[in-house]
Amino acid sequence: MMFRSLLDQYPYFISTVLLALGIWGMFAKHNLMKKLIGMNIFQVAIILLFVSSSAKFGGTVPTFDTKIGVANPDLYVNPLPHVLMLTAIVVMVSTTGVALAILLLIYRRYHTLDEREILKRMREQ
Amino acid sequence: MIAKHHDLIVSMSCRVMAPFIFLYGIYVITFGHYSPGGGFQGGTILAADVILLRMSLGRKATYKKFPPQMGLILGAIGLLIYGGTGLVTVLAGGNFLDYSYLPFPGLSPSDRRYYGILCVEIGVALGVFGVLLSIFDSLTKEK
Amino acid sequence: MKWLGIALICLFAVFLFYAEGDMAPYGDISSPANLHVSPDYIERSLEETHTPNIVSAVLADYRGYDTFGETTVIFTAGLICFMLLGGWKRDDSQTS
Repeated sequence: MMFRSLLDQYPYFISTVLLALGIWGMFAKHNLMKKLIGMNIFQVAIILLFVSSSAKFGGTVPTFDTKIGVANPDLYVNPLPHVLMLTAIVVMVSTTGVALAILLLIYRRYHTLDEREILKRMREQ
Repeated sequence: MIAKHHDLIVSMSCRVMAPFIFLYGIYVITFGHYSPGGGFQGGTILAADVILLRMSLGRKATYKKFPPQMGLILGAIGLLIYGGTGLVTVLAGGNFLDYSYLPFPGLSPSDRRYYGILCVEIGVALGVFGVLLSIFDSLTKEK
Repeated sequence: MKWLGIALICLFAVFLFYAEGDMAPYGDISSPANLHVSPDYIERSLEETHTPNIVSAVLADYRGYDTFGETTVIFTAGLICFMLLGGWKRDDSQTS
């Protein structure tokens, strides 16, 4: 069942692979900066999944074109996931900014970014 | 932490390019009605321009022209423009953010929605520009 | 321990592949995402807002309240960074 739909739905499989890689990076790496990069990869995979689900064969950019007109909405790509993903990109930037600020404070306090070292130094204090 | 770049070619090229990038950012904001673009995209381009100047010309020169206190104030002004547009529509009798009740004289309701979208996009662009600049300045502040 | 993590991730990916078999084919015109509200937006946005760019019209007019919340989110993130990392004094504009 899975392999019959592989050629029909290849963008969703690619974004699932990126999603799995991002989640693996978040829990398997010990450096805090690498965990943050894993979170970014995971968020970008979600954005790719939504935007690729809005495609239509034979459709064009969702900007009004005078040669096509608005009589047939099948000739324009679905604009709604693009709008939702603009919000998702802004949320991604916000969480990355706040996470970088927190990492800076952790580094100034413990002088390392390795999570095992940080836990050891926290227990010693 | 951020000093002027040691090479003359890099700093002069960034100085030459900076006004054009700013103009392109303003173009993307105002042409958001006709081509892909709008408030978020244009605000990010404006913030990237000022960050390029900070990284290539150093802190001492750019803190005089774009002071670090300006970032959050611009962000707050942008958010107030957005909320203010919504409040004006409530005071004029409609729902919150219903742009056909904006008090522009002599325009049809769909034209009022056009100008309402323009006001809101300018507010969003100022907000995003100020906040991204403020995040960069906070992260690279010397103690 | 490392192989346990890789095995868990592969299991998670296999579950997601199995669930994605039910999604609509890529590029389908009559997928459920393309049917309910978005043909109305495409047909009516030009005459109601005189804006050729449908994405901008939907973002700022039909879904304007969500964009307001999102601008609040990014402003809150800027405020958090400012409060965590220290403020600015009056003479910081003149430092080297």
